[in-house]
Amino acid sequence: MRYSGLRLIKEALTGNKGWVPAWRDAAPQQSYDFVIVGGGGHGLATAHYLAKVYGRSRIAVLEKGYIGGGNVGRNTTIIRSNYLLPGNERFYEFSMKLWEGLEQDLNYNAMVSQRGIMNLFHSDGQRDAYRRRGNSMILHGAGAELLDRDAVRREAPFLDFDNARFPIKGALMQRRGGTARHDAVAWGYARAADSRGVDIIQNCEVTGFRIEQGVIRGVETTRGYIGAQTVGVAVAGASSKVMAAAGMRLPIESHVLQAFVTEGLKPVLPGVITFGAQHFYISQSDKGGLVFGGDIDGYNSYAARGNLPVIETVCEGGMAMLPMIGRARVLRIWGGIMDISMDGPPFIDRTHIDGLYFNGGWCYGGFKATPASGYAFAHLLATGQPHETATAFRLDRFRTGQAIDEAGAGPQPNLQ
Amino acid sequence: MLIPHPLLGLRDAAEFTYLGDAALIERPDWQGEGADEAFHDYVYLRDNPAGAHRELWFHEHGDRSWLVVTRDTRTHEILKVELASDVAFRREAGA
Ligand SMILES: Cc1cc2nc3c(=O)[nH]c(=O)nc-3n(C[C@H](O)[C@H](O)[C@H](O)COP(=O)(O)OP(=O)(O)OC[C@H]3O[C@@H](n4cnc5c(N)ncnc54)[C@H](O)[C@@H]3O)c2cc1C
Repeated sequence: MRYSGLRLIKEALTGNKGWVPAWRDAAPQQSYDFVIVGGGGHGLATAHYLAKVYGRSRIAVLEKGYIGGGNVGRNTTIIRSNYLLPGNERFYEFSMKLWEGLEQDLNYNAMVSQRGIMNLFHSDGQRDAYRRRGNSMILHGAGAELLDRDAVRREAPFLDFDNARFPIKGALMQRRGGTARHDAVAWGYARAADSRGVDIIQNCEVTGFRIEQGVIRGVETTRGYIGAQTVGVAVAGASSKVMAAAGMRLPIESHVLQAFVTEGLKPVLPGVITFGAQHFYISQSDKGGLVFGGDIDGYNSYAARGNLPVIETVCEGGMAMLPMIGRARVLRIWGGIMDISMDGPPFIDRTHIDGLYFNGGWCYGGFKATPASGYAFAHLLATGQPHETATAFRLDRFRTGQAIDEAGAGPQPNLQ
Repeated sequence: MLIPHPLLGLRDAAEFTYLGDAALIERPDWQGEGADEAFHDYVYLRDNPAGAHRELWFHEHGDRSWLVVTRDTRTHEILKVELASDVAFRREAGA
C-alpha cells in the first residue's frame, strides 16, 4: 500500500478500515541467499538497500526481540555530518544525503527535520578546533558556519552566555543537521524492505553459526536452523556476544548510555545544541519534550540502565548551558547498550569466515549513520567489496596502524 | 553503584575511574616471540562478556589503589573485589 495525502483523506472518510499492517509477520523459511542478524535500524536498512539498490532477493532479517526495541528506538535522534577526519566525514556526509531523500525513498514519514545543530565553544583554542573541523566539513560538501557570540545569541537567546567558568564565545553550526523520528526510521525501513519481499522475522535470536571449512552455511536460531549463503551481523550492543559464536574477539566494549526526556513544553529550542565544556546535547521533540543526554556511564555493561552519578553530571551540564532547563521536570530516563569501538568509528567489513560479514562499533553515533551503514553494508554483502565511503572501517585497522582517532583519546573505549 | 573496597569498605563508584578488562595486568613480553601480534591483541581486543567480568578500577578520589572487581555486566552486581597488587603478586609468584 502506498501512503499519500489522498490515501489519508480516503481512509478518514471511510472509517480507516483500509489500513493494513506495515509489514508481514514472516515465519522463517529453510534457507535464504542473505540472512541479516539484528533488526535494528542498520539491519533493516541493509535489507532495504540490498533489495532495492542491489536487486537481490531471498533476504531475511532475524531479530531477537521486536522491531524498534534496540538502540534504534532508544537514541536521542540527532543526525549530523560534522566530523573532522576524512575516513569518517565522507561516510557521514553520504548518510546525510540519504537522510535528505529518505522519506521519498521509503514512502514513509520519518519526520526528518533539518533544524540545525550548533556546537558551542567557550575558548579560543576550542574555536580554532571547530574552525578546522568546519573547514573539513566544507571540503566534504557538508557545509558549516562559524557563528560568533551575537549570531549564537540570535539563534538561542536563552543560553547562559556569561557563565563565569564557561562563557559562550560562539558555535560551529551545521544547518543541515537536525533530528529524525527514531522508531519511524525502523518502521519505514521495515515496511520498505517487506514490500520488496524481505522476510522480517521477530522473536528469532541467533544463537550460533554453522561454519564448514571456513565457509558460512547458516545460522542456529531459537526458531530452528536457517541456511544462508551470506550472513551479515548488525547487532549493535550485542556484537561481541554474537561474533564470539564465530570464534572472534572484537575491538569493542559494550557500555550503557542514558537518555532523558522532560514533560512536553511549548517550542523553545530552535534545533540541536551541544555544550562545549562537557558532553551534553539537547533538542526538542515535536511532541515538546526536551530530549537530552551526555556521556556513557563508563564501565562495561549489558544492563540497559545506568547509575545516578551520570544523571547528576548530565543535569549539571544542562544547568550550566541553559539554566531555564531547571524549571522542566524529567519524565523518563532510560539506557541502551552501545558497541563502543577502541577508537570511536565503526566497522563494516568481512571476517575470516567466507560469507560472514560484520557491521558494528557504532558508539554514540549510529543513528545518524543508519542510511549509509545500511547502504554500505548492502554493497559489501552484494559485491564482497567495501563501499567507497566506508573503506576506512576495517576490522584490521589497528593492526595496520590506521586507527581513526577522531577524539584523540587512544584505545580507551570509555573515553570515546 | 557501591564497590566494597577490601581496605575501606563500601565506597561510591563515583570515587573511582575505570580502566577496563583486568587482563590488562597481563602485559605481553615485548621481547618475546610474536610480540607485535600479542600487543595488538592486548591493546585492542576484548572478551567483553555479558556476565561475570574481571575489571580494573582505580580509587582516584580515595586511597589511590587499583582494584580488580569481578562484576556481572548484566546486573551490575559485584561478586568479588581484590587489590590489583595482590592479583599481580600472585601472578608473578606463578600461582
Ligand atoms: C541513549 C542513546 C542515545 C543515542 N543517541 C544517538 C544520537 O543522538 N545520534 C546518533 O546518531 N546515535 C545515537 N545513539 C546510537 C544509535 O542509537 C546506535 O548506534 C544505533 O541505533 C545502532 O544500530 P541499530 O539501530 O542497528 O541498533 P539496534 O536497534 O540496537 O539493533 C540491533 C538489534 O540486534 C538485535 N539482536 C541482538 N542480538 C541478537 C541475536 N543474537 N539474534 C538476533 N538479533 C539480535 C537486538 O535485539 C536489536 O534489535 C544513541 C544510543 C543510545 C543508547
